[in-house]
Amino acid sequence: MHDQLFWFFSIAMLLSGLLVILSRNPVNSAMFLVLAMFFMAGLFVVLEAYFLAIIQVLVYAGAVMVLFLFVIMFLDLKSEQRRRFRILSFGGGIVVAAAFLVKVHDVVEDMPLVAAKGVVGTTEAVGRLLFTHYLLPFEVTSVLLLVAMIGVVLLSKRDLK
Amino acid sequence: MDDVTGLLWRILAGPLCAAVVIVLICRRSPFYADFSPVMERTAGPVIAIAFLLGSTVFAWLALDAVKAGNVMTSPTYRFLDVGDLEVNVNWSLDRLSVMMAMIVCVVSLCIFVYSVGYMHGDPGINRFFAKLSFFVFSMLGIVFSGNLVMMFVFWELVGVSSYLLIGYWYQRPAAAEAGKKAFIVNRIGDFGFLLGILLVWNVTGSVDFSDIRNYLKVHSHEIGGGVLTIAALLIFCGAVGKSAQLPLHVWLPDAMEGPTPVSALIHAATMVAAGVYMLCRVSFLVFASPAAMDVIAWIGGLTALLSAVIACQQNDIKRILAYSTLSQLGYMVMAVGLSVPQVNGYMPAMFHLSTHAFFKALLFLSAGSVIIGFHHGEQDIWKMGGLWKKMPITTACFTVGLLALTGFPGLSGFFSKETILGLAHERNDDLFVLAAVTAGFTSFYMFRLLFVAFLGQPRSEAAGKVKESPWVVLGPLIVLAILSVIGGYTWMGIPGWLVGEKGLSEVPAGGNVLALAMLAFVMGLALAFAFYYGEPAEDPIKTKFPLLHTILWHKFGFDEFYLALVKYVQGGLAALCDLVDRWVIAGLGVRGTAAVAQTLGKMLQLFQTGNLQTYAFLFAAGLVIILYYVVMQ
Amino acid sequence: MIPVVLQHYLVVSAVLFSLGLAGVIIRRNALVIFMSLELMLNAANLALVAFSRYNGNLHGQVFVFFIITVAAAEVAVGLAIIVALFRRRKTVNVDELTSMRL
Repeated sequence: MHDQLFWFFSIAMLLSGLLVILSRNPVNSAMFLVLAMFFMAGLFVVLEAYFLAIIQVLVYAGAVMVLFLFVIMFLDLKSEQRRRFRILSFGGGIVVAAAFLVKVHDVVEDMPLVAAKGVVGTTEAVGRLLFTHYLLPFEVTSVLLLVAMIGVVLLSKRDLK
Repeated sequence: MDDVTGLLWRILAGPLCAAVVIVLICRRSPFYADFSPVMERTAGPVIAIAFLLGSTVFAWLALDAVKAGNVMTSPTYRFLDVGDLEVNVNWSLDRLSVMMAMIVCVVSLCIFVYSVGYMHGDPGINRFFAKLSFFVFSMLGIVFSGNLVMMFVFWELVGVSSYLLIGYWYQRPAAAEAGKKAFIVNRIGDFGFLLGILLVWNVTGSVDFSDIRNYLKVHSHEIGGGVLTIAALLIFCGAVGKSAQLPLHVWLPDAMEGPTPVSALIHAATMVAAGVYMLCRVSFLVFASPAAMDVIAWIGGLTALLSAVIACQQNDIKRILAYSTLSQLGYMVMAVGLSVPQVNGYMPAMFHLSTHAFFKALLFLSAGSVIIGFHHGEQDIWKMGGLWKKMPITTACFTVGLLALTGFPGLSGFFSKETILGLAHERNDDLFVLAAVTAGFTSFYMFRLLFVAFLGQPRSEAAGKVKESPWVVLGPLIVLAILSVIGGYTWMGIPGWLVGEKGLSEVPAGGNVLALAMLAFVMGLALAFAFYYGEPAEDPIKTKFPLLHTILWHKFGFDEFYLALVKYVQGGLAALCDLVDRWVIAGLGVRGTAAVAQTLGKMLQLFQTGNLQTYAFLFAAGLVIILYYVVMQ
Repeated sequence: MIPVVLQHYLVVSAVLFSLGLAGVIIRRNALVIFMSLELMLNAANLALVAFSRYNGNLHGQVFVFFIITVAAAEVAVGLAIIVALFRRRKTVNVDELTSMRL
């Protein structure tokens, strides 16, 4: 059952990701990205990281993607005009990505097979670790969010000097 | 046993103070505006002469003191202390130095007085006397130096002041050039001198004359003869430059561009004598190497002959005297090279130096008197003539100097020259022949000068209008004439000063030598008489032997040769350096690195498209390359 | 069918990362480039969670939590910059934003 779910979520997520970068309209891209996030959350569930799956949906599919869509609407972007095909850019992107992939595949093939250990990422377990071992980074993250918030407010002022 | 150091300081301080005072005070100044004309015209000469007179008196006292056996006992001061090299300020005060100082002072005094007349009306007369005083100071410094380094310092000061004096009329390009030439040619010799000092110091561990002398007395056999020869010859290089010996003689005739008193001072008493004096001062070193003595003797002899021959075809009255000086200096250097250390050492050379100082100064000053008569306008002897009627005293004085120079019996030059000829006869027959022939040529060119310039009828309009010079000019001439006559006698003259009461009896001018010398003298006189007495309009040698005339007129082509040497060798080297500089240093080094940086920059600029995607691509590509590299490890 | 192991997750992660990378290089719309960046971040997240699962501890998952947080902040700031840029240049096409060129 787990294996079937893995294959389903994986293939669906990769297809969604592919469509993100192939869609001409940014709105479509954003929607496919939301889809990819959902399938990613599914993969997290398969990996028994339940807390992260929820966070993934809440933060990414919810907050982040809403922000994306909001900006797209706000900027009122037309869908991209068909442009002359940029072979250099296209080829370069494909080649670099492929080279990366090949190398990672090589490395992964050489890795020893290990069995999954039975850890479950429940909210309680993750939260316990977060509030004990990672308390300081957790608090620092709040500062980071504060800084980001101030920065965004400042950047969004109309008469930015 | 009194301490005579004080005297010595006073002798040296005189001319130096004069120079400083003249430079500082004798100028137009608001402090003594009313006296400005006096200050600008009269004060300089008066101050210079007064101070020099003081120095002369002190030199006389020092001479007495040395004769009485007094020595200098004052402490010496440390001048330099570098590693093993210790140089003290110390002085050598003996018969040699005091007599030389005496000659310098007396001759300089005559020349100073004479200059008042010669330079009358010259706007830079104060500058002139300041330079003259400084020159005398430097020369006295050489004379009294107690070690090689101090001598070298004063040696260079003499070089500088001679440069200043030769180029006194710096407005004339020829004078400026001549000053430069004298300075540069002297530098070549001085370079050798400096190397010689270093070598001597390296070998003996000291630069002090007395230390070196004592060291050589004990250790001269331990040092390889070759090293001593090289050291002596390197030091001789300095003398070659200063005393204008072959092959560095070229500067001296050109130095005639300076005012005549300067020529007299440089050519008679001081600068050129410095070389010979220095050889005498380091005679213990020279005498330690027979090979070096041979070289020195031959260079001296060849210089003497060559210059005498060249002098036969010069037309400028001062140039003739200049070549004559070269020739006489050759005699002196030859005498040093031929010295018999056991008998009387450098005595013959110093003897001739002293007498020569008097009669050559006399000759130059007489020539200057003639030039005054021509209002500084004419120096060509073929435009003179008939001066004996217009300038009887000058002519008489000139004749005295001439007879002394040519070795007429009874005058000072006769004694000193006979001494040298006798020495040559004893030591080296080849050089004796050379010297005797030179004596013949000397007599020839000097009588040529006399016949053409002074006797006969005026050869130009200007020559008919000359008048006798004022007494301020004639006075020094007469004093020098008297000195030229009596300078050679033991009872009063130089030999007594030099070696005490012994005189010169150890080197007798034997009968054969005397006869040969007289023969040379008479032959020269006869030839000059035959060629020049009949008042020819121009030089008969020029018309009858044009080739000979051309060769001599161009002075055997030394100047041309050196010019070519400079042009091709030095010019070639300079061109090579220029090429290296232009292509290797500037081209490869400077512009090359710049070009490499620029090319690299141009190449890198291609990546800087400003396009975000290009940057992203390059970034990702670099990441992938690093990944491959890391995994490959 | 072979059983799913760690390697499968890593390959999926790598493929997703490559998709993101290609998107960053190929696309010219700044917003889409930004989305591609999010894909790459998620690829990393997947790899971390998979490692966590097969290592037998939760540290990897905590790390992913932080990454999500930082990503949220980054998206906020990045989108603000894009908005500000658009106000100035009236475009989000990175082809036309070449003022960094010499």
